[in-house]
Amino acid sequence: MIADFEYFAPKTVEEALSLLSQYKEAKIIAGGQSLLVVLKQRLLTPEYLIDIKGISALDYINYDESKGLRVGALTLHRTIEKSPVIQKHFGVLSEMEKNLATIQTRNWGTIGGNLCHGDPAGDPASVLIALNANLKLASSAGERTISMEEFSKDYLEVDLKSGEMLIEIQVPTPPARTGTAYEKLMVMKGDMGIIGAAVSVTLSGKDGVCQDARIALGSAASIPLRAKEAEGKLMGKVLSDSLLIEAGEAAAAETDPPVDVHGSPEYRREMVKVFVRRVAQIALEKAKAA
Amino acid sequence: MKGELKELKLTVNGKPYEFKVKPQTLLVDLLRQELKLTGTKIGCLDSACGACTVHIDGKAVRSCSVLAMQANGRKVTTIEGVADGDKLHPIQEAMVEHGAIECGFCTPGMVMSSKALLDENPNPTREEIREAIQGNLCADEGYVKYIEAVEIAAEKMRGGQ
Repeated sequence: MIADFEYFAPKTVEEALSLLSQYKEAKIIAGGQSLLVVLKQRLLTPEYLIDIKGISALDYINYDESKGLRVGALTLHRTIEKSPVIQKHFGVLSEMEKNLATIQTRNWGTIGGNLCHGDPAGDPASVLIALNANLKLASSAGERTISMEEFSKDYLEVDLKSGEMLIEIQVPTPPARTGTAYEKLMVMKGDMGIIGAAVSVTLSGKDGVCQDARIALGSAASIPLRAKEAEGKLMGKVLSDSLLIEAGEAAAAETDPPVDVHGSPEYRREMVKVFVRRVAQIALEKAKAA
Repeated sequence: MKGELKELKLTVNGKPYEFKVKPQTLLVDLLRQELKLTGTKIGCLDSACGACTVHIDGKAVRSCSVLAMQANGRKVTTIEGVADGDKLHPIQEAMVEHGAIECGFCTPGMVMSSKALLDENPNPTREEIREAIQGNLCADEGYVKYIEAVEIAAEKMRGGQ
């Protein structure tokens, strides 16, 4: 079913990077919860497969108030979901993970694998864009950092150059009075979102005006989509329900949703309106309580 | 070299094994074809149904969505490793006695997901049980009896009767 490939299982990042520089056409497998589906369908038939799942040095969660959150690329979804530090400081990430596929998938799949698969329906990318996260990439030539927003290039395409791999996800500590929320439309819990919306709202300390808003949408375009027009509707204003409705309408107009068995573009746009309003309301309440 | 067999060492149901496998071999195929442990079912082979659920190092995973090579050096438990000889595990017993099993195809996966839960959390809420078997589809729609059976088993395992 899966075509032949040459298999390597490096135990360190250095070893993996050296293999990646040697075998330019290699594909990386982490938990394989997305990649194996693609390999079984023979959408991809790599000559070389580099299995990084065993690199334990990339499985970590570190938090420091000034530096923010640092998550190793091979941290399991389930570990993020259950992490007390993440639950305390970045609750939206843990909540997002609870509905990311099933426990079996979360027990083996990694956050880095999910991001590098580049599926616009993936949950972590939208949430990490709303949280203004960066990604640390490495190759044998050195390291670079890229924003989560810029990392997505097209459907199943990300800005990973030949020889590069994702090392770490970096999430800054949000400013005071910031609330972030994420919800997706699903038929069953754990489904891929028919659409997903992540919203982050920062309020000013004295007058409650919205100082910053970040809105990112899943399954609404060929990449996890940052809805900047919609954000603009909220900035500098005291947020009311009518503004949230306006933001939802602006967001829907920014989308270019896919058509598939789960929904038409028209339906998805309508749902973007509903979810942006709903999730922004939750984010706003969290910001007020923060 | 492409197509080259790779050495794989792992423990299945407490016994150590060594294999030479094609690296694209899925864990479920290793279990069913090499070890003839056919209790683990293949429903979809596409990570949708959960019938192939086994434990790796105590955690429930889908064996159709794990390369056998990724289990290298690890401990795998299948449905065949759950009962104590002829004595069924309390979860199995409760599922039989409570009438949870209809056609039975999803049952091995249901047992493995439920066992992973009870091993970690001996006193789960109904919601936690639902969450634990959320990734196991039952084509007979027999979820309620499964959930009740896990509650019965949990109580028994905690020492109640």
